[in-house]
Amino acid sequence: MMDKVIMAGFGGQGIMFLGKVLAYAGMTTDLELCWIPSYGPEMRGGTANCSVILSDEEIHSPVVDLADAVVVMNQPAYERFKSRVKPGGVLIVNSSLATTDNKREDITIIEIPASEIANNLGNASIANMVCLGALLPNMRLADWESVEKTMEKLTIKRPEFLQGNLDAIKKGIEFAN
Amino acid sequence: MERVLMKGNEIIGEAAIQAGCKLFFGYPITPSTEVIEYLSANLPPKGGTVLQAEDEIGAINMCYGAACTGNRVLTASSSPGISLKQEGISFAAAVELPMVLVNVNRCGPGLGGLGPAQSDYFQSTKGGGHGDYRLIVLAPSKAQELYDYTMEAFDLADQYRNPVMVHTDGFLGQTMEPVVLKERPQAPDVNKDWIVTGAKNREKRILASYSLTNEVGEANNIAWENKYKEIQDKEQRWESFHTEDAEYLLVSYGTTGRICKSTVLNARKKGIKLGLIRPITLWPFPEKGIKPLLNQIKGILTVELNTGQMIEDVKLAAECKVPVKLYRRQGGMLPTEDEILENLEKIFQPEESGEVRN
Repeated sequence: MMDKVIMAGFGGQGIMFLGKVLAYAGMTTDLELCWIPSYGPEMRGGTANCSVILSDEEIHSPVVDLADAVVVMNQPAYERFKSRVKPGGVLIVNSSLATTDNKREDITIIEIPASEIANNLGNASIANMVCLGALLPNMRLADWESVEKTMEKLTIKRPEFLQGNLDAIKKGIEFAN
Repeated sequence: MERVLMKGNEIIGEAAIQAGCKLFFGYPITPSTEVIEYLSANLPPKGGTVLQAEDEIGAINMCYGAACTGNRVLTASSSPGISLKQEGISFAAAVELPMVLVNVNRCGPGLGGLGPAQSDYFQSTKGGGHGDYRLIVLAPSKAQELYDYTMEAFDLADQYRNPVMVHTDGFLGQTMEPVVLKERPQAPDVNKDWIVTGAKNREKRILASYSLTNEVGEANNIAWENKYKEIQDKEQRWESFHTEDAEYLLVSYGTTGRICKSTVLNARKKGIKLGLIRPITLWPFPEKGIKPLLNQIKGILTVELNTGQMIEDVKLAAECKVPVKLYRRQGGMLPTEDEILENLEKIFQPEESGEVRN
């Protein structure tokens, strides 16, 4: 069993971190995994994307052509990555910053106003965690438990950030369910 | 043992520390910068030194000096930076200095791009600098191998008194995967009776690469040639994947080597008898992995991230007994496993006659 996920948005939206949470969640459950950043002459405000593979067996090819799930956090990311969802897969769109057109009918599209939800929680920078929440019910190899454990570890030096992040993830899960 | 999640470049740095490397000289360049970044934070607390030189040429010559004293030394760079180091590497080969060089390949020629490439295969395996020398070249394909092979590179360098290159690419350097940071295996017992550390109470030693007469020059060349022959004889390494009954063979290393494993598994699901030889040493090229298969296979496809460089070594190994073809991507692009299979089918039209393995 394998989950291939692509995440994309503006640099600064926490795309790489979103991927890292998934990757570390895979570490807590002893999965095989790859966290693959787009790297290059990129900077804040440019585009950022990364892909994560979680698997219960050895990962040979690390190339994610078509993904089981794609998270896009802005309009350019939607335009660029909507075609990269496997038929039957899931596309999670931050509808606060992206509008969908010519919707594909062979995939499930979840339009979640992640930036708005994050603003209402009082922290605009956790829209990525809201998207992570919306993603979780659509993953086979990551769930609330492994992500909660991961967030505890990742915020160990800044424990004041834990609850806000967990609240954001929960909002996302509620929306997707 | 516990697994940790690290970037490929950081893994190289940690492996060097575990292997007892005390000195790093380099100049940062994407996509290899995390090697110097990681070592800057983690080598000094272990009693080592990291120095960012004025440029790559300075860095390689500092490695030369450090190696003359018998210390384990590392440098890391990416393609254009490795080009700048070539003169120093040639001198190190001539003086037979053990050192480890890491090339996190980007694409070329020129400044090129940052994407993964294998366009430095010729440079790594056929010399690179001037003169007739060889580097031992190791090609990892995943995080654990970045760790294991980097550590082993230091042992091979000491054992053969020769520079060793770890040949990887930006994709493996930037990707995070779980790795087990194993303890250093027992290092070979090497008597470094050639190092220059002060000649008080012993005879003077000279480390120099210039020969004053042609007779001495030829004798040196023959001695190096004999060493390279010994390495070719003893150190060819490769991984065989589903080759036992293979009718067609992929040959590919590094990032594309692992993609090809997925290609083989997909082909087997269709009943195509496909296997893979994944070279682990690029020099010495593992012809011993290919030759025993020549009577059973009908064709070889090399999969490379260049215009076809390793294919020349594969053709030499194949002795014109089977057709050898190339599938390649360039400029930082990677093939998918299905793309490779489609092209294999187009080129060779293999029968789907084998047992279907799921």
